[in-house]
Amino acid sequence: MAEVLVYVDHVDGAVRKPTLELLTLARKLGDPVAVHLGPNAEEAAKTLGEYGATRVLAADAAEFADYLVVPKVDALQAAYDAVSPAAVLVPSSAEGKEIAARLAVRIGSGIITDAVDLDASDEGPVATQSVFAAAFTTKSRVSKGTPVITVKPNSTSPETASAAGALEELSVGFGEAATGTKVTSRTPRESTGRPELTEAAIVVSGGRGVNGADNFPLIEGLADALGAAVGASRAAVDAGWYPHSHQVGQTGKTVSPQLYVATGISGAIQHRAGMQTSKTIVAINKDSEAPIFDLVDYGIVGDLFEVVPQLTEEVKTRKG
Amino acid sequence: MSLRIVVCVKYVPDATGDRHFAEDLTTDRESVDGLLSELDEYAVEQALQIADEADSEDGAEITVLTVGPEDAKDALRKALSMGADKAVHVEDDDLHGTDALGTSHVLAKAIEKTGYDLVVCGMASTDGTMGVLPAMLAERLGVPQATLLSEVSVENGTVTGRRDGDAATEQLSAQLPAVVSVTDQSGEARYPSFKGIMAAKKKPVESLDLDDLDIDADEVGLDGAWTKVEDAAERPPRSAGTVVKDEGDGGKQLAEYLAGQKFI
Repeated sequence: MAEVLVYVDHVDGAVRKPTLELLTLARKLGDPVAVHLGPNAEEAAKTLGEYGATRVLAADAAEFADYLVVPKVDALQAAYDAVSPAAVLVPSSAEGKEIAARLAVRIGSGIITDAVDLDASDEGPVATQSVFAAAFTTKSRVSKGTPVITVKPNSTSPETASAAGALEELSVGFGEAATGTKVTSRTPRESTGRPELTEAAIVVSGGRGVNGADNFPLIEGLADALGAAVGASRAAVDAGWYPHSHQVGQTGKTVSPQLYVATGISGAIQHRAGMQTSKTIVAINKDSEAPIFDLVDYGIVGDLFEVVPQLTEEVKTRKG
Repeated sequence: MSLRIVVCVKYVPDATGDRHFAEDLTTDRESVDGLLSELDEYAVEQALQIADEADSEDGAEITVLTVGPEDAKDALRKALSMGADKAVHVEDDDLHGTDALGTSHVLAKAIEKTGYDLVVCGMASTDGTMGVLPAMLAERLGVPQATLLSEVSVENGTVTGRRDGDAATEQLSAQLPAVVSVTDQSGEARYPSFKGIMAAKKKPVESLDLDDLDIDADEVGLDGAWTKVEDAAERPPRSAGTVVKDEGDGGKQLAEYLAGQKFI
């Protein structure tokens, strides 16, 4: 069976959920071969094997952390040369897309980004994408070279499928370009203890109606009761009420959770682009004419400062 | 020698319009008005700020570059009216349907022909939204990439900036020549002044075609593309949900709904 390269996104060896989703999708196309760059490959290999990786090609070098993107491209290309895969799959993070883009140029292959599903066909993988602010669903194929495809978080549910996960050392030679952009300092994002926004099963977002940074704890409280991530509309972020890393929308993150709770968000196209593929959408807004109500499965026209606390209490009570 | 800045911009269908695909499954650029991609305005703005602070005695010169049909000149005019010095428009009928890999090839050739110390891009286009072009350009030009910056500055031949990544905030540093991309957090883009709009009309716009860039027609266009859209279907509208007015127990009603859906 053909092999499919899967680029592993991990934090110090802890494999992130989008990679498990990738392995699950990769199995539709062939035998997944994982590429792990950085420390703690042994720990990662166990998890990667559980989710179907037949082999885990691993390399560790200071360059991966000290310089931007290119050392990882060199390593992924080394894996590509070693494996001659049927496709290369990379998580659709900002960095993942850049790695994939440079690899595609180097190997002269087409690239598809932000796929939400993959299927095998006689002519290679078919990628499903959600485009034009999720107004259209497209099916696309790479027509030249080895398909390089980045896949969005939450595209599928990770499913285990035990495989060998055999750890092999990947030999990487860094090119001249590898040290072009130095990372002079790195500050990890402070952990909030909440799920990652793009990976969360439930997202609770606040918008203009939240009316100030001081009121965002109300949104956080509901999120915590539901075990959700916190999002914010562009209006709320531009006003400085919540960090940009939480922005949901066209110029922020695109989320596709099981449940999206929009509070005080009117639902402008800018915001809809980032959330309208959510499975279930509920909204609380005082304006009954707000466009968000066109999208909802359930909506409450009312004052969020009354509805949200009551909802939070009720969720807590029911969860016991 | 002055700092030569090339800003890559895209002319896109208005993202607030009702966007569609054309019959050949390329982006329909007829039915919705086009404009300079909002995310590229941030690139023009940062280029202008870098030029203002350029430390060489000769200052800086900003060339704004686009690949696109005749109407794409509107995007160049907007950038010129914001303050860019001159424009380059790559226009050729054979370019219709070119994908990201092909576009990066054309842009890289045009950038090399124009001459550059710094290439500035937006973080993504608002139509394709791939966000891969800056990295592709750096790869093709063989220069460093300092991308997705929310702060950027250039001093003594070095570009530095802050990249707010998924898991960490990083400070980057690279020698010129380099490719940078800037995010929508880099600072609000200025509005063109009346004076700027008038001045833009007299600024030079150079037109280049594929021959000028030594590119064969079969390397670009829909037939030359490395990817193929096989099907595009309009997403069915979401079926109408239940909307109720809060009569004092709205929170409880919503909790009841969520429990019914097994979210609680």
